[in-house]
Amino acid sequence: MTQDSTSKSRQEPRDLRIGLFVTCLVDLMRPSIGFAAVKLLEDAGCRVEAPSQTCCGQPAFNSGDRATTRAIAEQVIEAFRGYDYVVAPSGSCAGMIKAHYPELFDDDPNWRPKAEELAARTYELTSFLVDVLGVTKVGAAFEGEVTYHDSCSGLRELGVKSQPRTLLSSVQGLTLVEMTDSDVCCGFGGTFAVKYGDISAAIVEAKEKNIEATGAPTLLAGDLGCLMNMAGKLTRDGKPVAVRHVAEVLAGMTDEPPIGAAKPQAAT
Amino acid sequence: MSVHSTSPQFKENAARALSDTQLQRALGNVKQGFIDKRRKAVENLPEFEALRDSARDIKNHTLRHLDLYLEAYEAKVKASGGQVHFARDAEEARAIVLSLCREANARTVTKGKSMIAEEIGINEHLEANGVTPIETDLGEYIIQLRHELPSHIIAPAVHLNASQVEQDFRRVHKDLDPNRDLSQPVQLLTEARTVLRERFLAADVGITGANFLVAETGTSVIVTNEGNGDLTQILPKTHIVLASIEKVVPTLEDVSQILRVLARSATGQEMSVYTTFSTGPRRSSDADGPENYHVVLIDNGRSAMLGTSFEEMLRCIRCGACMNHCPIYHAVGGHAYGWVYPGPMGAVLTPSLIGVDQAGHLPNASTFCGRCESVCPVRIPLPKLMRHWRDREFEHHLSPATFRSGLAFWGFFAKRPALYRLVTRAAMASLGWAGRSKGRFNWLPLAKGWTKSRDFPAPQGETFQARWKRERGNNA
Repeated sequence: MTQDSTSKSRQEPRDLRIGLFVTCLVDLMRPSIGFAAVKLLEDAGCRVEAPSQTCCGQPAFNSGDRATTRAIAEQVIEAFRGYDYVVAPSGSCAGMIKAHYPELFDDDPNWRPKAEELAARTYELTSFLVDVLGVTKVGAAFEGEVTYHDSCSGLRELGVKSQPRTLLSSVQGLTLVEMTDSDVCCGFGGTFAVKYGDISAAIVEAKEKNIEATGAPTLLAGDLGCLMNMAGKLTRDGKPVAVRHVAEVLAGMTDEPPIGAAKPQAAT
Repeated sequence: MSVHSTSPQFKENAARALSDTQLQRALGNVKQGFIDKRRKAVENLPEFEALRDSARDIKNHTLRHLDLYLEAYEAKVKASGGQVHFARDAEEARAIVLSLCREANARTVTKGKSMIAEEIGINEHLEANGVTPIETDLGEYIIQLRHELPSHIIAPAVHLNASQVEQDFRRVHKDLDPNRDLSQPVQLLTEARTVLRERFLAADVGITGANFLVAETGTSVIVTNEGNGDLTQILPKTHIVLASIEKVVPTLEDVSQILRVLARSATGQEMSVYTTFSTGPRRSSDADGPENYHVVLIDNGRSAMLGTSFEEMLRCIRCGACMNHCPIYHAVGGHAYGWVYPGPMGAVLTPSLIGVDQAGHLPNASTFCGRCESVCPVRIPLPKLMRHWRDREFEHHLSPATFRSGLAFWGFFAKRPALYRLVTRAAMASLGWAGRSKGRFNWLPLAKGWTKSRDFPAPQGETFQARWKRERGNNA
C-alpha cells in the first residue's frame, strides 16, 4: 500500500478537518472498519478526529420514538459542530443525518437550521472520497474476485452506486464480479431482522444465492448492518465467502479475519 | 370496515406463506416479470421522471380542492343524465348498490375489477340478498371461485398456478367435459371466456370501478387488458360505477398525463389494452350503452386522511409497482397482509382504513429499503408514511412492551456518551471474549429472530472509541 491515494483534488484536503462519525455498529462490533476509514481519509490528506459519540438515533427513529431520536440528534449536532465535513463509513447512518435530521426538527426553528447545516456537510465515506475530494485511485492491492452489495440507504437516499466501484477498480489485483440484484435489499432493516426474523431470513437467503452465483470468494458492502446479516447467513450455511466492509479493502487493511470468522490464533 | 381482516395475525400469515412452496414458486413471477417490463418501459420514455412530477402535482392540486372538484363532477354527471350517490362508509355504499340492483330487478350482476368493491365487501352483501355477482376479470373470477381476496391489486390471482386454476374450473364448471385438455393457460382462458360470455348477456346490472373520474366532463375511466370491463358496463341496462372520492381529477388532459405513467408503472405497457371513458347513460345517438348510469362515490375513511400526513397516500393510482418491487411482498405475497390492500401501499393505507390497532404489523414489516418510493409514479414517500404509523403506535403504546423497554434501555445509554463508552467497552470485551474461538454466535438471548437462521458475528472486542483513545489520545 503506497501513500499515493489522491489524483485530482476538488478540495484541498490539507485544509480539511474531518469529524469521523464511526457509527455505533463499527464502534462496537468492528472498529477495524473505522481505522480503515481513518487511513483512507488521512491518505487523502485530511485531518481526522473522532469526537465522543454513540449512535445516529436511527433505531429510535424507525421505532417511532421521536423524543429519543431528537435527543440523540441534538447530541450529534453538538458533537460535530465546527468540522468541515462529517464522514461515516455507512450509507445508512449518513443517510439518517443527511436525509432525516432536518425533517426531525421540522417544527423547531432553533434546531432545524443546525440540522440542515450538519446535513449539508455529512457524507458517506466512498462518496466523500470520490465526489468531494475527487479521489479516483487508492493504493491498495487485493488479489482475487469480489462482489459488491449496494446497501439500500446509501443507494437510494444518497446515490452511492458508482463511487465504491470507481475506487475498487483502482485496487491492484481486484476484479469486481457483479451479482444479480445487487441493488435489492438483503433483509437486514435494523430491528426488522429480529422482529420479523423469518421474513428477513427469506430475503437474505435470496441474496445468498445471488452472492454464491458470482463465484466470488469475497463479498463487500458499505454498511456493517447489511454485512453482519449476510455474513451471518453465509457462515450459518457453511458458505466459504469472506465478508468485509469495502473500506477495509480500499485501505489495504485486510489482516483482521472477515466478519463472522474466527481469529486464526484463537482457534487453539 | 367490512371485509374481515387477518392483519393482526400478520406474523402467522407470513410464516404460512413462507412454507408454502407452491406460493413461493408463484411469487417468483412477480419478482421477474413486472420489474423488467417496467424498467424497459421507463427507459424508453425519457420524460418519465418529469411525468411522475406532473402526476404528483395533478393529484396534490386535486386533493387540495377535492370538495370543489367533487361538486363539479357531480354536476356534470347529472347533466349527462346520470346519478351520483354519496356513501360515507362501506355500509352505506352496500345499501345503495343493493337498492339500485333491486330497482333494476337484478338477479345477476357482472363486475369489472374494482378494489373499492373488495374494500366494501359488495359481493357477499349482494349474495346474501339474493343477487348473484359474477366477476368478469379473469383473475377476479378465479379468486371468486376460491372465495379468496385478491393477493395483488392489479394481478389478483398472481399467487396461483395454472393447475390450481384448472382444478377450480373442473370443480365449479359442471358442464365441463372431464376429458378436455386444460393443461395450457390459453385453454383455461378459452374455458373462462365461454362461461363468462353467457354471464355477460344475462346480467341485469354491470358494476365497475373507476381509475379516474373527470370533473370537467363527468366521465368515469377504466383501464383493463381483457375488455371485460367494457362488456360489463355496456351490455346490462344499468351501469353502477363504484369509486372512492380521491379518484377525481380535474380534466381529460390530466387523465392523459397520468395514464402515461400508470400502465408503464404497472405492467410495463405504454398503455393498457383498453382505456374506456363513459359519460352518462346511452344517448339516442349511441349504438349501445346502459339505460341507467349511477356513480356511488365512497368516502370510507378518505376524508379523514385529508389534511394529515397520510393525505399523500390519496395520490395512489393503484398501479402495484410498490408491491412488485417490495422484498417483503416477494417473500410472503399479498394474503399475508390480511386485508384488501397488500404491499407498501397497503402497509400505509390499511391502518388508515381499518385502524392501526388492527393493522399495526404492516407498517412495521418493512426494511425501509426505499425501492417502493423509488418506483412510485406519483412519488408517495411510502417509507416515511410507514414510519409515521410507527410514531403513532409508539405514542399510543401499541408497540410490544418488551420491545419498548428494550428501546428505552438502549436509549438511556445512547443519550449519555460517557456512560455509553464505559458500558459498551465492558460489554464488547466480554462478548468478544465469548465469541473469540468461532468468531460468531449461533445463539444469543433476545435475538432468536436473528439466530434461528443466521449466525451473529462476534465483535472484535475492543471498541473503536477505546482503541482510538489508546492510540491517539484525546484529540477530540
